[in-house]
Amino acid sequence: MIIELGHFCLALALSVAILQFILPIIGIRLKSNRCLNTSIYSSYIFFFLVLLSFSALAWAYISSDFSLMLVAQNSHSQKPLIYKITGVWGNHEGSLMLWILVLSIYSMALSLLGKKLPLRIKSIVLSVQGLIAVAFTSFILMTSNPFLRLLPPRLEGEGFNPILQDIGLAIHPPFLYLGYVGLSITFSFAIAALILKQVDSIWIKWVRPWAMMSWIFLTIGIALGSWWAYRELGWGGWWFWDPVENASFMPWLATTALIHSSIVAEKRNTLKAWTILLALIAFSLSLLGTFIVRSGVLVSVHAFASDPSRGIYILLMLILFTGGSLGLFAMNAPKLRSGSMFSPISREGAIVINNIIFSSAAATVLLGTLYPIFVDALTSSKVSVGAPYFESVFIPLMVPAILLCGFSPMLTWKKGVLDNVYERIIFIFIFSVLATSFLVYLKGGAAITFLGIFLGSWLFIGTIYDFAERTLRGKSLKSVIQRINNYPRSAYGMSLAHIGVSIFIIGATVSSAWRTEIETSMEIGEEVFIENKKLIFQSIKNNQGPNWEAEVAYFKVLDNNKNVSFLYPERRFYFASQMNTTEPAILSKLFYDLYIVLGERKSKNEKFIFRIYYSPLLNFIWIGIGFMALGGIISLFDKKHRIIYRQIKQNKKKNA
Amino acid sequence: MRNYYYYIPLICFLLLVLFFGRQLFLNEDPSNLPSVLIDEEFPVLEFAQLEKYNLLSTSDILSYDRPSLVNVWASWCTPCKVEHANLMVLKMDYEIRIYGINYKDDIQEANKMLVKIGNPFYSIGVDSTGRESINLGVYGIPETFILDSEGQIRYRHVGPILEFDLRETILPILTQLEKER
Repeated sequence: MIIELGHFCLALALSVAILQFILPIIGIRLKSNRCLNTSIYSSYIFFFLVLLSFSALAWAYISSDFSLMLVAQNSHSQKPLIYKITGVWGNHEGSLMLWILVLSIYSMALSLLGKKLPLRIKSIVLSVQGLIAVAFTSFILMTSNPFLRLLPPRLEGEGFNPILQDIGLAIHPPFLYLGYVGLSITFSFAIAALILKQVDSIWIKWVRPWAMMSWIFLTIGIALGSWWAYRELGWGGWWFWDPVENASFMPWLATTALIHSSIVAEKRNTLKAWTILLALIAFSLSLLGTFIVRSGVLVSVHAFASDPSRGIYILLMLILFTGGSLGLFAMNAPKLRSGSMFSPISREGAIVINNIIFSSAAATVLLGTLYPIFVDALTSSKVSVGAPYFESVFIPLMVPAILLCGFSPMLTWKKGVLDNVYERIIFIFIFSVLATSFLVYLKGGAAITFLGIFLGSWLFIGTIYDFAERTLRGKSLKSVIQRINNYPRSAYGMSLAHIGVSIFIIGATVSSAWRTEIETSMEIGEEVFIENKKLIFQSIKNNQGPNWEAEVAYFKVLDNNKNVSFLYPERRFYFASQMNTTEPAILSKLFYDLYIVLGERKSKNEKFIFRIYYSPLLNFIWIGIGFMALGGIISLFDKKHRIIYRQIKQNKKKNA
Repeated sequence: MRNYYYYIPLICFLLLVLFFGRQLFLNEDPSNLPSVLIDEEFPVLEFAQLEKYNLLSTSDILSYDRPSLVNVWASWCTPCKVEHANLMVLKMDYEIRIYGINYKDDIQEANKMLVKIGNPFYSIGVDSTGRESINLGVYGIPETFILDSEGQIRYRHVGPILEFDLRETILPILTQLEKER
């Protein structure tokens, strides 16, 4: 009964979404504000219905209702409760349900927060959101219905992929979707601007926080996915340039460009058409991400389903949204009057270069990801593109971006004078060369290691220098404190995010360049040394989990013969799916990660095989990403975004 | 005239759509990479020798009268290490002869890897430039070819041989070829 109710709510939600799309259009034609206002209420109702529908599905998972086909195929009664719940979006149908749930939350948030927003803009934005909702809800109902029953019902579910039973992966899709779908708001705003043919500073003030929020969620979502790959796949790597990873990375690159160009659009009233184009592209890339993962156009370890009818539907959706919006852009963007001019050497100029680099980076990732399709179409041979391509193209692209990032915040708006920045650049250069030489002297390394460490320290020193110069310039302690206090949050956010990037670069470089790797077969009692750490293989035991049994190796780790710690790498066998997985054990310290994988044994009576990785500074990768996200969050709370917060406060007063 | 620039994004996108559409309507499994050489005899290739190991030669392959594997690997390739244990299983437990092609590798590193984790190969050919492997149609490694007892290439596996692949594809095909003999 609950299932049918959920199904019914979803169908009802579709009709509400149709109203949310159409009524504002009629409202604009008839110049009727009442008609325009309906979009607000439809967004509330849509959220409510989707929430009910999603809850019904979640209920089926929690209660292990195996009369539901989706639950029977993807769940298992013995699965821990948390993974039953996260299992809701661990498959194609459920993940789309999550998609529209997030969409409905965003639309409702916009209706709630946007009371001050001009009604015409707001209703167009909500109407576009309605159209997106129509497309996705009908996609679910027609090609991927999660509420289909199974007759006769099964007694037990088919379990789900044990590799996916991991908390990092379980919470990674919601974050990623909060990012993907958040870009639908900036997309809708861009459409509204193109239809109304006006982009003013109010418009940009409304767009920036949404873009920033999506960026934060995307950053966290990608990091969680990468963290999962690191801990679970057992290769000691954290980024594989897999099509699915690329699918989330491309919108991130475009959004990074967007949040930078929107600064220029806001402060200097220029680069408007470009900002709008970036907003359109960022959301299109999120759609493309969905398309790549779901349609079977490209293969990947994560691929859920290869169903051509779904692929065709998603392709039509891409044509409608991306094709339609780019067509609108081509017609109306020239009419947007651009503001002031600026010289190439200026903050704007630097941000333009940043934008060009980030867009090219997104384009190269797109090219690499889709290259197999192009080659197949043109020469009908099959090719796969791997990490070497991406590394050899992506890294050189990022070098000038990082170099620029080290000093461009010091440039002034409109017309910068390089002379003023000159001596600072030399200062930063000398110190980063010193820091790099010191580190490379300590451990040695190839040219690329040198470059990576140099870029990291360049950006780090540059950012700190800029921050110090702005705040410590005061004559007395009191004025310094005052300066620090008055320093805008968005500038804090920027410095923090840039420092995050520098930490990330150092972590990524060092952890791969100075990584030590041992592959060895051991008997119980044997020892192995890695980077002055003594690893003693003490014993092997069998362990039993709720839906698996495991072989667990017990390791004692001695750091310089003291500081004892223990590590327990496992190999698990999941009954339901008859699958073996490795559970690497990781000793994670601030300055290094020790990573042990229990390998497959050749036969029962042989020695155990272990792969052991020692990666220095690996945690800097996660710390760096954390700083980036934190910087985004701080800048989200900047005073200039206060219109929204003031709105929230007023609402609270009203309600009180 | 300047306004035409604004159509560039749209045109790029429409081109993309054409490619997507083609891919969708062809409806092939993209992971199923057919080899150009399927059902053809293993080509004559020339490799350098890896010290202390037998040199792989085409005449050896052709004269062997049981099904065999040709595995393209390198010490820098992490997935190759992942499949290594399964190659050992094939060699030890099933007595399958595996020929190894060492692809664009540092000879010393390759040697080290074999000493450290074991050698699954009957003989090894070093292809330091990758040129010989091109004749075999190798796109990326690891890649494995299954040859029948006549030395004809019968199947091509792209990516690491995982436990699952071993069970579901490699072993069944080998059994089948053994029967055909």
